[in-house]
Amino acid sequence: MAPARNAGSGRGVGRRQLLIGGAVAGLGAAAAIGADLALTAQDRASSTPTGGAEAVTGGETIAFHGPHQAGIATVPQAHAAFIGLDLAPSTSRDGLRRMMRILTDDAARLTQGEAALADSEAELAAAPARLTVTFGFGPGLVARAGGAAPDWLAPLPAFTIDRLEDAWSGGDLLIEIASDDPLTVAHTARMLLKDARRFATVRWRQDGFRRARGTEQPGTTMRNLFGQVDGTVNPTPGTQDFDAVVWATDGWVAGGTSLVIRRIRMTLDTWDELDRSGREQSIGRTLSNGAPLTGTQETDEPDFTAVGAVGFPVIPDFAHMRRARGDGAERIYRRSYNYDLPPTGNGVSESGLIFASYQADVTAQFLPIQRRLDELDLLNKWTIPIGSAVFAIPPGCDNGGYIGDTLLAY
Amino acid sequence: MNTRIIRRPAAVIALGAAAALALAGCATATPEQGAEPAVAGQSVTITDAWVKAADEGMSAAFGDLANTGDSDVTLVSVTSPASTSMQLHETVDDGSGSMVMQEKEGGFTIPAGGALTLEPGGNHLMLMDLTAPIVAGDEIEFTLTFSDGSDYTFTAPAKDYSGANETYTGDDMKMGGNG
Repeated sequence: MAPARNAGSGRGVGRRQLLIGGAVAGLGAAAAIGADLALTAQDRASSTPTGGAEAVTGGETIAFHGPHQAGIATVPQAHAAFIGLDLAPSTSRDGLRRMMRILTDDAARLTQGEAALADSEAELAAAPARLTVTFGFGPGLVARAGGAAPDWLAPLPAFTIDRLEDAWSGGDLLIEIASDDPLTVAHTARMLLKDARRFATVRWRQDGFRRARGTEQPGTTMRNLFGQVDGTVNPTPGTQDFDAVVWATDGWVAGGTSLVIRRIRMTLDTWDELDRSGREQSIGRTLSNGAPLTGTQETDEPDFTAVGAVGFPVIPDFAHMRRARGDGAERIYRRSYNYDLPPTGNGVSESGLIFASYQADVTAQFLPIQRRLDELDLLNKWTIPIGSAVFAIPPGCDNGGYIGDTLLAY
Repeated sequence: MNTRIIRRPAAVIALGAAAALALAGCATATPEQGAEPAVAGQSVTITDAWVKAADEGMSAAFGDLANTGDSDVTLVSVTSPASTSMQLHETVDDGSGSMVMQEKEGGFTIPAGGALTLEPGGNHLMLMDLTAPIVAGDEIEFTLTFSDGSDYTFTAPAKDYSGANETYTGDDMKMGGNG
């Protein structure tokens, strides 16, 4: 990785600290302002149980440039928007290059807390709050570029459980925007979509959330809206294991990965009819801490051979965890988000999961798991896949390059 | 470029280096080589330059100009292959409370160590009579000429932008827009 213009973390913070430093230096002659500041600090202290000022984290940044795109190995932010776009018929290979140059420059600036060029709401860029922007290419974009698509870059085969809607499926270009701050996500989406508008139109947008920043220790496995601990066996970013599971090694995708996005409606209104033991058996884990039904801690290895008093497996044959795991040969990296929309009709919820799975090879890693779940998984009774899309995630770029240059440069 | 840096105090060198790094991401500057003493074209840099995409007619370019030298410089003209005729424009009150754009008499002076912001609704580089459509993502070259005859060339990316539709004095035409 070349020394990047925006290398290092917290450049925005540094600049702000400098400014504050300057302001404080000028306070000697402004006693009234000083008193006002002191009062404000006192108010803040009295309203905070710990007695200290609350940590302000909006200035935190995630490096944009590097061998891999940010937003994959990044500790998941609280909010994310997945936006699928269709290319305009007039967008040529040259147009793709120009589009990705512009979008890359926007993302490089915004993620570092700087306004994009021609940003009409520049002030909204000042608090990136660990903003990342991750781009993905669908089959249509790669074809338009005249590039060689990886074997796995195609819509998933149809599954019997699918009830897919066009409105949530497919797409030529993916822009995934994630930040701990939803206002930052909104501004970033607006800026990028304004710049993409000439080249592509929005096909779908899926907004999702996790726990707010500061609610739990970072790295805590997320819970979905069923209340389940979801994502326990994920490989750990920064390990060789993670690298092997996630990063592709061939062609223009080398250093990138694949992303399968499945929009999974969760029928909470019928889930409500299931008692606690039924809920735990459907997944094979406890609700309290996500431990396998044969263990006590979340990270305990499940014992799939254990049987109960009357001879039935403790982790049932139909349990989601058993079906997903198989013999353990296929592994994926999940980075999902919850969604919760206004209900329609007589329902009280329209909720689910934006299931986001990264893996080096969709066919070798994701598909066998999905096939097993399609054949048998009690959780299917309360989950309905309504959207599906597959994208190639190009590698990252250095300061002089742009995302997609391995496909578009020559 | 090296000779220019050697002559500067440390603080200015740091600023110049930061500007050069920033430029690498968005615009490339190629100051002309000149003899002693320093000429204006060697002490001016632009960062965050961009030009509004337009299909035909007029457009405008923007960015942050900095004079890192020890002398005031005056920008007197600008040219670009994208336009048959360019002007330096400023924003003024037309007397009725409306802000209008007009050509800046005598050009823009940038004080030693100072800066000049070119932005929509403010000072800008005006492109008249585009020679071809400026499409988002194009890289457009501009050459600034200073009162001492020196110049400074940079490129700016084109971006779609809905603003910068101001009326110009003595001319009720609007700028080209996104088309």
